[in-house]
Amino acid sequence: MPFDLPFPVPLEVPLSWYLILSAILFVIGAAGFLIRRNIITVFMCIELMLNAVNLTFISFSHTLGKVDGHIFSFFVMVVAAAEAAVGLAIILTVFKNRATLEIDEVSSMRL
Amino acid sequence: MFDVPLFLTFAAIAVACAINLVLQTHPISSALSLVGVMGSLAVLYLLLGGQFIAAVQLIVYAGAIMVLFIFVIMLLNAGAEKKPSRRVLSAAVALPLIFTALALGAALITTQIPRTAAVKFGAFQQGGAASVGRELFTRYLLPFEITSILILIAILGAIVLARKEI
Repeated sequence: MPFDLPFPVPLEVPLSWYLILSAILFVIGAAGFLIRRNIITVFMCIELMLNAVNLTFISFSHTLGKVDGHIFSFFVMVVAAAEAAVGLAIILTVFKNRATLEIDEVSSMRL
Repeated sequence: MFDVPLFLTFAAIAVACAINLVLQTHPISSALSLVGVMGSLAVLYLLLGGQFIAAVQLIVYAGAIMVLFIFVIMLLNAGAEKKPSRRVLSAAVALPLIFTALALGAALITTQIPRTAAVKFGAFQQGGAASVGRELFTRYLLPFEITSILILIAILGAIVLARKEI
């Protein structure tokens, strides 16, 4: 270290940093899911949340020294791919029938 | 020795891209920000010793899924959101709540996880395709086969939804 920082800088990244990064990404995704109105952006926020969960799986897999977390995040990716295919088909159908992408205007199932 | 700078750099890129994803009004900008998040997460997976999952992240997520997203955005000619995002009051109430919950979660994580649990580059050697594949085709064979049924159902659902008369 050529310069001194006022706080101790670890030489290795603590596991908690990875978990906190994952929590931050998940919260940003959840906030975007609630705030945004464009149906495609809402869908992308869901993908962001899935990615954040994957990071937690991989970091715990590293700490525990087992490969199981990698398998789980692999399955999460498969589910995300299937979800993207079906979800985007639904979005196309909604757009074909309503000619809108605003989720507030697709409210015919609201009580 | 480059662990901490690399982690901080790519964590900052990931968080900045995620915030940009939520704040941009045009879907194409959001999609490109999501590609940035996925790329920096792939680098973090490499730091964690997961070569296979980093490659899959780039190929499947940043490649296939995002191409599908951008294809749909282009096909629907989706423009920027016209109306301003939801009520200001709800955002003013929700944002402090979110930050408080996040700070509580961070405090909980830092106190519960022992400080000796550190991520050292190179300490995890089982992240290659060989060991992941061996585990996937022995212990996790049944979930793997069920996954193929899931994908088959997804293909059928997409075909049904894409027909003319719905």
